[in-house]
Amino acid sequence: MTKLSSLISGIIFGFGLTVSGMVNPQKVLGFLNIFDEWDPSLGFVMVGAILIFSPLHFIFKRKFRPFFTQSFIIPSKEDIDKNLILGSSIFGIGWGLVGFCPGPAISAISFININVYIFVLLMFVGFYLGNFFLLKK
Amino acid sequence: MNIINFTPLPAMTGGFLIGFAVFLFYIFNGRLAGVSSIASDSILIGSNRIDNLLFLLGLIIGPIFYSLSGNEIESVLTNSLPLIIIGGLLVGVGTKIANGCTSGHGVCGISRFSIRSITATISFIFTGIITILIFGIK
Repeated sequence: MTKLSSLISGIIFGFGLTVSGMVNPQKVLGFLNIFDEWDPSLGFVMVGAILIFSPLHFIFKRKFRPFFTQSFIIPSKEDIDKNLILGSSIFGIGWGLVGFCPGPAISAISFININVYIFVLLMFVGFYLGNFFLLKK
Repeated sequence: MNIINFTPLPAMTGGFLIGFAVFLFYIFNGRLAGVSSIASDSILIGSNRIDNLLFLLGLIIGPIFYSLSGNEIESVLTNSLPLIIIGGLLVGVGTKIANGCTSGHGVCGISRFSIRSITATISFIFTGIITILIFGIK
């Protein structure tokens, strides 16, 4: 059953990304371009998603268990470490260069564009390299 | 600073949908829908592999449903190959090391009031802004 809920969640997520315009790198870059011509849309997307998920997840966490699994899996780390800042900063540079973060990049696979495929491929290579870096530490 | 191309209504609507999708994944699978983690786990970790791949497949199908409902999708990506290669690598390496991206830290983490995620989100928005300030929009 988790297979079905994974697929449906993914579809709604991808649909939401498309409705919001975030599958267009130009809109993402517009959000980061605050000193010139600013497009605040991405901020509204994040706020919209948080407004829905935050209250619902707090209510749910207290009263229920997940329908198809034993328990909620929540990251246990709470401290701010070097990797968090380093990784996020590196991610932000790539994000600012191209305007894709992982979600929209994967959704964009549906637009037949070789450059999207190259980006996604290199992103997966990046996951490998990042994992290698974490294991070496 | 001028405000241009601002589309508050589609942005908020899309955001609600994303929040709802994250909520569904949470209550059914008990997991947080951070896309970078789901994507990197799908190649690096064996557990939940089918779930992860199906979620990613859903992400790809989402825009197709949107097109089928008669809507145009606008998406303009740079043509610069070096930029795409460097950008893809940095996004992959960075989100892996930080253990999250715009969805994992920006949506799920902030929703849980996680200090780590708030810090991560401020960091990647900050370096994103600086990157555009230096290189401009390509």
